[in-house]
Amino acid sequence: MASVTVSHVNKSFGEFQALDDVSIEFADGGFYALLGPSGSGKTTLLRQIAGFSFPDSGEILIGGEAVESLPVEKRNIGMMFQNYALFPNMSVFDNVAFGLMVRSTPKPEIKARVGEALELVRLSGYDERKPHQLSGGQRQRVALARAIVFRPRVLLLDEPLSALDKALRLGMQVELKRIQREVGITTIFVTHDQEEALTLSDKVGVLKDGKLLQEGPPRELYERPATAFAATFLGDANLFEGDVDDGELALSDGTRLRATAPLTGVGKATCAVRPEKMAIAEEGEPPLADHNLLEAELQEIIFAGNSLSYLLRRNDIHLRVFAQNRATAELQPGQRVRLTWRVADTIPVEA
Amino acid sequence: MKARPTNMLARIYLGLVLAFLYLPILVMAAMSFNSSQFYMLPIDWTFDWYVKLAHNTRLLESTRNSLLVALATTVIASVLGTAASIAFFRYDFRFKKVLQAALFPPIAIPWLITGTAMLLFFFWSGIGRGLHAMILGHVALALPYVIIVVSARIKGFDPDLEAAARSLGANPWQVIRHVTLPYLAPGFIAGALFAFAVSFDQFVISYFLSVPGVSTLPVEIYTAIKKGFTPEINAISTLVIAFSITLLVIVSRFYRFGGDR
Repeated sequence: MASVTVSHVNKSFGEFQALDDVSIEFADGGFYALLGPSGSGKTTLLRQIAGFSFPDSGEILIGGEAVESLPVEKRNIGMMFQNYALFPNMSVFDNVAFGLMVRSTPKPEIKARVGEALELVRLSGYDERKPHQLSGGQRQRVALARAIVFRPRVLLLDEPLSALDKALRLGMQVELKRIQREVGITTIFVTHDQEEALTLSDKVGVLKDGKLLQEGPPRELYERPATAFAATFLGDANLFEGDVDDGELALSDGTRLRATAPLTGVGKATCAVRPEKMAIAEEGEPPLADHNLLEAELQEIIFAGNSLSYLLRRNDIHLRVFAQNRATAELQPGQRVRLTWRVADTIPVEA
Repeated sequence: MKARPTNMLARIYLGLVLAFLYLPILVMAAMSFNSSQFYMLPIDWTFDWYVKLAHNTRLLESTRNSLLVALATTVIASVLGTAASIAFFRYDFRFKKVLQAALFPPIAIPWLITGTAMLLFFFWSGIGRGLHAMILGHVALALPYVIIVVSARIKGFDPDLEAAARSLGANPWQVIRHVTLPYLAPGFIAGALFAFAVSFDQFVISYFLSVPGVSTLPVEIYTAIKKGFTPEINAISTLVIAFSITLLVIVSRFYRFGGDR
């Protein structure tokens, strides 16, 4: 087991800068998600850590050892590929044994450790099957067993669950987390699925255009996004743009919003509010002191069983509000309503 | 999916096709054991023709030449063809599309014309005729077949398999030995068989490029038939067929063509 340190890594492909001065610390034994849209550089970063590609400049340390010039086979990492990349001509046993075999591990030890690994992923008794005789979920488990059986220092996962259907994916998330805890291996996984990142990891790094925008525990990232992009990519967010005036945000129509802390600086500013933090105020309900208030026109109500989404509009701003399905006053599209939410949920973000 | 001929008509049809394919061969094989030179029935079983064959130095020597040329062609064409297929798969380079398209015309051009062209070119360039010229010609003929067969196999190769092997600690040699080669093997064997068959069957080009006293089996059989047919030819042909069938059986026991094993 080992920590991974990436410092000031740059990587370009021709004109395209895939990684722009990225520095991250992956703690020993942690489960870290790299989240970003396609082209954000998350896969490129994983490939630098794995050693499939080498940074133009910067340092990568695994367990304190500089590895940026070592090829992948010398880095002692375990990697799981998006399509699992199981060897089609080999049995499950031989697939899992591969990492031990190339290290010239004695036969009895290979047998024992492959057995342990298959037990860990709950595939004991599948030794002689060929990959094409397994279901998607089983292949995934074989790939995981193969990646950890030789006790690598780090486990790298490249969109490991994206090829599974939703029900299977949720099951595998729980399984992956259990196995990672049991083995205690430093794990870095790349995903574009924000929910997966929030559920699985104990730390998330958000990437965009080759830059690391923000990192932190899932809850912190969700509750305190630093940029408008992080706010909208990680969950839903309503964005308000306006001018800073006396520490408050003045919208173009004159409405004033207060934020978590008095706004500093001058000129334009943006604040983000999560849709589930907003509520539609009851008729005649007096405004609360620590709340912001905004009038808007209700345009549409989307019914989803246990929850409701309200789509609203105020001048040129479109807003979303999520609510539990509780019996309240019947609202109609076209109606004017008052939205209210806590000042503490109004997060100033970089545009 | 296996279709089974269920009605009578289908069975008869299948029987006719098989008879059409195999009857001439069976007749020839049977006659190689008949003591009568004029195919008199009933068959009077004998090994005489095989004994005679054992003393027919011209047929034996041409068989040896044929095997020699076919083996050399197989080795050279398989290695060059596989290398070319890998290059086509893995790299992008100028004129790649042109080169790939240029593979097909040699298959379509009649051998008579290719043979004439080769004869002219080899004469003009000083390469001349003989076994070395035949090997050159056969390699040129076999290459497109090898490349097409091997490429078809390589196309299904997932580059992530090599990446996965490396991430598991395999050095480049181990990657090739345990991952790439086992995957390519069926394509490589099929390509090699094609090359062998193209060369071993080849008549027109071998005929043009042979020199008096040095020819291949098909050429020698042709010359012998022109002079007058003898059942020794049945005997050598039967041996060749037995050899080919044995080869195919051995190969098909190890590899199932067309599917992943």
